Amino acid sequence: MDIVRTPHKRFFPLLFSISILIILAIIPGYIPVYYVTLLVSIFKYIVLTVSWATFCGPTGYISLASAAFLGVGMYTTAILGETLPLPLVILFGGLVSFLLALLVGLASLRIRGIFFAMFTLGLSEGLRHFINWWEISRQGRQGRWVISAPHTTIFYTMLIILVMTLLSSYFIRRSKFGLALQSIGEEEEAANHIGINVNALKVITFAITSFWIGATGAIIVTQWLYVDAETAFSVIYSFEPTLMALFGGIGEIYGWILGSVVFTIITEVLLTEFPYYYMLIFGIIIISVFLFFPSGLVGLLQKWRKVSSVE
Amino acid sequence: MIVLDVIIAGLLTGGIYALLAAGFSLQYGVARVMNVSHGEFIMLGALATYSLYVPFGINPLVSLAIVGPILFIIGFLINKILFERIRRLAGSIEVFEGWSILVSFGLLFVIQNVALLTWGATEKGYTFLNVPIDLLGARFPANRLVALLIAVVIGLSFFLFLLSTRLGKAIRAASQEETGAQLIGVNIRWMHGLCFGFGALLAGLAGALISTMFTVSPFMGLPYTIIAIIVVVLGGLGNIMGSLLGGLILGLIGSIVLHIEPGLELAVLYLLFMLMLLVRPKGIFGK
Repeated sequence: MDIVRTPHKRFFPLLFSISILIILAIIPGYIPVYYVTLLVSIFKYIVLTVSWATFCGPTGYISLASAAFLGVGMYTTAILGETLPLPLVILFGGLVSFLLALLVGLASLRIRGIFFAMFTLGLSEGLRHFINWWEISRQGRQGRWVISAPHTTIFYTMLIILVMTLLSSYFIRRSKFGLALQSIGEEEEAANHIGINVNALKVITFAITSFWIGATGAIIVTQWLYVDAETAFSVIYSFEPTLMALFGGIGEIYGWILGSVVFTIITEVLLTEFPYYYMLIFGIIIISVFLFFPSGLVGLLQKWRKVSSVE
Repeated sequence: MIVLDVIIAGLLTGGIYALLAAGFSLQYGVARVMNVSHGEFIMLGALATYSLYVPFGINPLVSLAIVGPILFIIGFLINKILFERIRRLAGSIEVFEGWSILVSFGLLFVIQNVALLTWGATEKGYTFLNVPIDLLGARFPANRLVALLIAVVIGLSFFLFLLSTRLGKAIRAASQEETGAQLIGVNIRWMHGLCFGFGALLAGLAGALISTMFTVSPFMGLPYTIIAIIVVVLGGLGNIMGSLLGGLILGLIGSIVLHIEPGLELAVLYLLFMLMLLVRPKGIFGK
């Protein structure tokens, strides 16, 4: 029975994804600019969350370095934006982030668990303070001017980065690579003993997924005219991907996407409806996620499906 | 006598660092909560002390006795209502430690914004014992010396409490081996609550002392949390004596960097922190 069903199972999600992609590709011409920006923001968080969860989900390492990767991407554009063409700048943004992730990945060979989380948090915050100090004491001003790009360019670039992120995450998970990552999360010693090159695998996956975060930073910064270390390396960016992935459901790609979409929209609505209470409600939501649905939206959906199939 | 200046200034800040790190260390060591909202309890202590001093004229040193117990109760209740439930849901201790960072990150926003709605966003300050005192040729305001003295007294008495009382022994047992402690009759859930409460209490006292020296606002918490984390890693996670010494060392390093290159202190502390994690994750005093 499985053999008969498999092609259907693969065919419909594929059709579904392609039609969503087509709709997204033509939509900017038909909706107000506000919604285009909202979509870009949603894309940004999907990339952050999927990149984070591709490595951290199966292996169980909690990385709080997303802000560092996004930030170096932004600063790449701020520094190179006027001398190089935009596609090259974005490529460089990704590469800088890739190299930084290689270094952090090397650190992950020595430390794990809570220590890895602290180390990566230290990295993001340390970079922020260092750049701040550098700008104030060596350049005499805080922040930099950034070149700006038209919002359709930003939209389509983000769409491409999003598709690439999803594809690379999908192939990493479906390949032998993904199974090996899973085995690291379950028992790292054992994974090592059955001949998986644990070290290389961790470092490479972490670097590949971080490439897309850096590229996102490089394009997203062109929305603003000005960037400084406080906004580029904001600690929020380190925590949000983690929360969004948990909010959606840590085990599945569609959980991560669902989590980031719903979370971004909730944030946007709160920000416009209750600007004074936004952060308070944000905090309450974070806590409620853990208290009331620790298995995420996906877990909730599965529970409903189970209940309805029993009936 | 610049060297002496720098050393004394370092010890003065270090004393406060030690106090706030001891509370953090207690919460992680026993309750296993990596409490990113630790600085918010410092902020609550500081703002409460301010509110007792400015309209009612209550001496900040008297406020210590009021602020401490209140913070203890708040901490105890937060553990009871929030972390106890999440500890059950998480299943394993490793998962819980990871989650505790994220949950306390949410708690940070809640406490900070409740404080913002209560006290407003402006920086608040008052003058207390702001007279210069000569100390080995260097001049320091009296309030800093008093704060250091009280920090040392609180730190030492808490250490003695852990070392010599029955309850202190139970807490130490719970931090070393949870299952073992339960076997010899320690009520582990009670210990979690107590330690989270004591952590909040120490943070509140540190906040009260900070308010005698610097201006305070609802946003002051996070930098102190970061310092507490760095100190605790330096002294060894969960090692309370290590935290007390680590605080003094970090205060000294910060003071030296401040003297050589102002503005770079935090970046250097982070670098040190990351190196420490890589080279000796058990801390300087770890076994």
